[in-house]
Amino acid sequence: MQKRRAEILLTLPSLAWLVAFVLVPLLIVFFIAFKPSLPQGGIGEGWSTAAVRALANPSYPELAWRTFWISALTTVLCLVLALPVAFYMARLAHAWRARLLLLVIVPFWTNFVIRVFAWQQILHAEGMLAQCLRAIHLLGPADSLLYNAGAVVLVSVYTFLPFAILPLFAAAEKFDFGLLDAARDLGAKPLRAFVSVFLPGVRQGIVTAVFVVFIPMLGSYVIPDMVGGTDSEMLGNKIAQRNFNDRNIPQAAALSGALTLAVLIPILLRRRRCNSSDSTMKPSTR
Amino acid sequence: MHRSKIPFLTTLLVLAFFYLPIALLVLNSFNSSRYGTGWQGFSLQWYARLMEREDLLAALRNSLLVAAAASIGSMVLGTAAAFALHLYRSRLQDRHHLLITVPLVLPDVLMGMSLLTLFVALGKSLDLLTVGIAHVTFCISYVALVVQARLQDFDSNIVEAARDLGASRLQAFLRVTLPLLAPGILAGGLLAFTLSIDDYVVTFFVKGPGADTLPTLVYSMIKKSRELPVINALSTFILALTFVVVALAQRLTRPAAR
Repeated sequence: MQKRRAEILLTLPSLAWLVAFVLVPLLIVFFIAFKPSLPQGGIGEGWSTAAVRALANPSYPELAWRTFWISALTTVLCLVLALPVAFYMARLAHAWRARLLLLVIVPFWTNFVIRVFAWQQILHAEGMLAQCLRAIHLLGPADSLLYNAGAVVLVSVYTFLPFAILPLFAAAEKFDFGLLDAARDLGAKPLRAFVSVFLPGVRQGIVTAVFVVFIPMLGSYVIPDMVGGTDSEMLGNKIAQRNFNDRNIPQAAALSGALTLAVLIPILLRRRRCNSSDSTMKPSTR
Repeated sequence: MHRSKIPFLTTLLVLAFFYLPIALLVLNSFNSSRYGTGWQGFSLQWYARLMEREDLLAALRNSLLVAAAASIGSMVLGTAAAFALHLYRSRLQDRHHLLITVPLVLPDVLMGMSLLTLFVALGKSLDLLTVGIAHVTFCISYVALVVQARLQDFDSNIVEAARDLGASRLQAFLRVTLPLLAPGILAGGLLAFTLSIDDYVVTFFVKGPGADTLPTLVYSMIKKSRELPVINALSTFILALTFVVVALAQRLTRPAAR
């Protein structure tokens, strides 16, 4: 079994690293969720279900629901914007397609924190946008563009849109646009042809786009922290708060464990369904 | 046949949406106005101020150190992983592949939180080393992905030819396979470098006090609303730097893309 030995030798370094720094840490999170927290911060001895039971405390389901709808709304808006872009790009001549693709990717070479900061300045109370809107009375003197759920969704769409465009474009590129002409010849209106011929044709791209936007959105931290307010906090913010402000690590672990299950279960189900190894991309947004 | 203008107009709108915030940021870095409320004349004062900040230099040094370690570490581990996944089909590789996929899909908050609990459980104090370990962990998967794609295009006949001509297994690997794959491995390493330089969330969870990287320092400057125009200047500088690194990575990956 020399071949088997070679396989193990080659696999061992990365496998051992990933077990030690991905699998084991994830298991420890679940383990710590069942530890008591000390009043002065830190983890106590013995076992306790306090942190897990506290998840039923009404503020957490409310937080989970808000995290869900902000993520879902962002995903839907990304799809609505990305579909026409992918449709347009896929019909371009080859050289233009490559140029446009680069134009879509380039802005996202900038640092993520800096991109959110750019929006914070645009939406700032003294910024040009707020002043313009006030001048035409679209914004009251006391209203703010920043620190609300609308700002979180806007900046999230900005951040995740390219990650929705890329898989949709990849699917649209393989789509046979002759089918659309055929549908139109048979009397379908453009919108009807788009909805009942194009959309089913790029279904796989839509599924991938939903995954690469929705899943990382569930773990949003930076965007709600920088442009959101107290009424637009998400799960990620609460995890950081419990950790760093309250030093209640078991509570942070219980929240993280719940989020991990919410994220990993759909992924494992999908993996089982289409056992093909499609490359899953994760946005470099944290 | 009449074609709807909606796709074209949406594309135009989306591109404007993408570029305006960044353009404003760069523009504002040359604006002498302290609050960026209006154009008050061209100025390089924020860049001059940037040079005076020694904490930024220290953070930049930390960032570069971590990114270099993360790219080297993930290049070695990710390349080995890609070879294993490419060469073998077994239950072991199924599990291996699953574990490689997890960091790609796991939100960063969870990545940071789980690594933090590991270090807390081990009683390991948080410092640049823990940041480096965390960065290697999320970079391995990306390097493995890039190298694996390169291996799929790889013509193994060349290695066979080298063996037929009398090269040993090791010689064939070192003198034929590795040089041919080097651009792919390097491209993976550069991707790891940019991911590491860009990371805020994972770093925030596992960094010790005082061990700031550039993103964590910038973040705390923003949170404290201190010297915002200096951040504009710094952002423009980082933007320029990122362009150089990514342009380099693009050049290396181009041959594979026909």
